[in-house]
Amino acid sequence: MNPLPDHVHPAVASPSGFFRRYVFSTDHKVIGLQYYFLALAAVTIGIVLSLLMRVHLAWPQAHWPLVTGGTLRPEQYLALMTMHGTIMVFFVLTTAPLGAFGNYFLPIQIGAPDMAFPRINMLSFWFTLAAFLCMLAAFAVPGGAPISGWTAYPPLSGLGSVTGPGEGMGQTMWIVSIGIFCIASLLASINFITTTIEMRAPGMNLTRMPLTVWAWFVTAVMSLLSFGALLAALIMLVLDRSAGTSFFTPAGLVVNGELQSGYSGGWPLLWEHLFWFFGHPEVYIAILPGMGVTSHVISNFSRKPVFGYRAMAATLCAIGILGFLLWGHHMFVSGMNPYSSLAFSALTLSIGVPSAVKTFNWLGTMWGGKIQFDTPMLFSIGFVSFFVTGGLSGIFLAQPALDNLLHATYYVVAHFHLVMGVAAIFGIFSATYYWFPKMFGRMMDETLGKLHFWLTFVGAYCIFMPMHFMGIYGGIRRYADWTGATYLAALQPLHLFATIAALVTAAAQLIFFYNFVSSLTRGEKAAENPWRATTLEWSTASPPPVDNFAGAFPTVYRGPYEYSVPGAPQDFTPQHLPPELAGVSEGATHA
Amino acid sequence: MHESEVADRTGLTLGENGRGGRGGWFSGGGRDGNAGRSRTPERAYITGIVIALGAVAMFFAALVSAAVVRRGSPSGDWQPLRGASTVWPILALNTMVLLASSFTLSHSRLRARSGDDAGFRRWWIVTSALGAIFLAGQLFAWRQIVGAGLYLATNPSSSFFYLLTAAHGAHVAAGIVALLVIACRPARRMARRTAIEVTSVYWHAMGAIWIFLFLFLFFGGRS
Ligand code: HEM
Ligand SMILES: [Cu+2]
Repeated sequence: MNPLPDHVHPAVASPSGFFRRYVFSTDHKVIGLQYYFLALAAVTIGIVLSLLMRVHLAWPQAHWPLVTGGTLRPEQYLALMTMHGTIMVFFVLTTAPLGAFGNYFLPIQIGAPDMAFPRINMLSFWFTLAAFLCMLAAFAVPGGAPISGWTAYPPLSGLGSVTGPGEGMGQTMWIVSIGIFCIASLLASINFITTTIEMRAPGMNLTRMPLTVWAWFVTAVMSLLSFGALLAALIMLVLDRSAGTSFFTPAGLVVNGELQSGYSGGWPLLWEHLFWFFGHPEVYIAILPGMGVTSHVISNFSRKPVFGYRAMAATLCAIGILGFLLWGHHMFVSGMNPYSSLAFSALTLSIGVPSAVKTFNWLGTMWGGKIQFDTPMLFSIGFVSFFVTGGLSGIFLAQPALDNLLHATYYVVAHFHLVMGVAAIFGIFSATYYWFPKMFGRMMDETLGKLHFWLTFVGAYCIFMPMHFMGIYGGIRRYADWTGATYLAALQPLHLFATIAALVTAAAQLIFFYNFVSSLTRGEKAAENPWRATTLEWSTASPPPVDNFAGAFPTVYRGPYEYSVPGAPQDFTPQHLPPELAGVSEGATHA
Repeated sequence: MHESEVADRTGLTLGENGRGGRGGWFSGGGRDGNAGRSRTPERAYITGIVIALGAVAMFFAALVSAAVVRRGSPSGDWQPLRGASTVWPILALNTMVLLASSFTLSHSRLRARSGDDAGFRRWWIVTSALGAIFLAGQLFAWRQIVGAGLYLATNPSSSFFYLLTAAHGAHVAAGIVALLVIACRPARRMARRTAIEVTSVYWHAMGAIWIFLFLFLFFGGRS
């Protein structure tokens, strides 16, 4: 038995022993870093997989030394695609923004010593890691990785290896992995929500919470309410695959010339409903934390309060609610009742309103500010740029009439990579450059950071912009090779261009890795508050002590973004400074 | 050992009100000074279980709405659960047992509040036993429909019958484990009284979910 449960540890002592401290730690900061490094490993694998696909798309007929048979077979391409999408969506875009940064900074920003349930927090991480290893193991099982994409539509995913080599063991591993991931995410979201409700410092009322906290909170609510639906769907899929039930698998299906007997008329559309009821909230789970970071960073580096703080918090909530009502926009061509399409279309378009409010408020925050273009700021501006570019194509896809043409083409690929892939990754980069000094006590290199930004910014646009044209031209997605379709031959130069851009952009990430690793040991030592910021994480040491505040827990006197307050002695007024010390009176919040 | 912790472990004698501490959460943190700030407040555990039940509810909502959608699927293969007429009286009986367990649990909680440890323990064990009887009854119901030739894959209606009862049964089994753990040893991280509250909230919720599932199966599965 553990003699001293962690909540009664003396304020500053950290658990002794390497394993308790860095491996099986219950400290939210260590767990946050564990999530971060997990996401870093996952994104590296995900990028390698995508490069293999891109190279194949540019030179579909080329012979490669290590590939059996010389060229990539279509099912191998589909396996790469499935694993790329799954790893990126679940283990990078869900893990890094919430699991890593949310874990590390949510408790500190609300003035708490840790998460409400530190051990459950540790469990969430270890489940996520187990899920990740299980997913990677799908490459190694007989038949290899699954081929049904990150959406795992039945009947392709429901019948076993008759539909493709990876659909045997590989698909089973996929389902088990995502099932574990669901449980990990549910546990984590319970922790995030409870912590935000119960662990806030005195004075930290809702309108004084940083927008990052608001974003993590809404994200956690969304994952709480969506992952359970995915788990239910996965259980039914497993039963279809192994127990002969017909939840999703229709009767009389002929696959590869073989009649699939024993199924009584299941409904693939049912999977689509369950999956997208989870899947659409999931895309917002990936991006909301990035929105929070962007608001936070733009205010900090414009030396201005966030324009419309309350509107920013309210639109996060609005997106969270609306996000549950529009999953059907992924199913316009599925044979769903056209009247539902109409409703889903209208609801989808309405999410443009809160999105536009956020965008204009980001611009409004920068307007007239003394903008400092440090790397975190550049990445946040990049976030806004990609969010707008990608969001605009969403408006087109949200019209059923247009989507009939654009569905399952590269237009959709362009849309979601810009808005979910790149924008969310820019949020992660912004957060990394911004909080690196707090997490590791050293600054990252600014010159390398700016170089990394510009190469990635231009590179990402070069990769994904041409895909809009491919899609409008009828370029179908999820095909290994278009050479059979003569009308698409004209698009081959675009594929080549995108591949070259992808290779350059991927190479630019080496700059980031180099900067990250070398700054860990050789970066300039960071002060407590290098960005002259206002929120609580900047009121404590870099890196923070075990209980975050060395026993001196803060009281909060004002809103989170009090920059350039007229009459204040300096251009930022930290949240924890009492009126006597701050030189300005206590503020409830601002506009 | 830290003094407050000793008090925590003895649990029942502790006068701490699990829901006290601060005002509504719109007012922001109200715990003043540094005292107690390095630990999780007791009421967080209750908030936590309520939130966790939100996820559980969504899980069951997904299964139930899947059943509704599947029943209306254009293939028209859904067949009512006929030929197992004995199963409904058994399920009704099980429902009674689970309902009764909610009453014994409330009683046990009241005993604990008034400091009657033996009474608390007695009714707490009775609750666990009723939970176990419920599970045994559910298994018996399964035997009945197996006897009527309805297996997991026979028809979507039987598939959902097994799926819903199994998913609920697993949650009840977890609840029984929690009940037994609390009966056997003092809670380590929270006050005993909080542990009792948390388990009660969960157990009552399982009863409520079952009543919903029972009505759903009865009216949706038979016809
Ligand atoms: C103005 C806001 C947006 C609108 C109107 C919109 C609309 C749509 C529509 C209609 C589709 C379905 C296209 C099809 O499959 O035919 C779609 C796909 C998608 N969207 Fe959006 N979207 C918006 C913002 C976002 C955001 C913010 C994200 C993520 C952060 C996102 C991620 C995705 C993803 C991942 C897919 C494709 C999923 C797949 O088929 O694999 N979208 N979007
Ligand atoms: Cu969507």
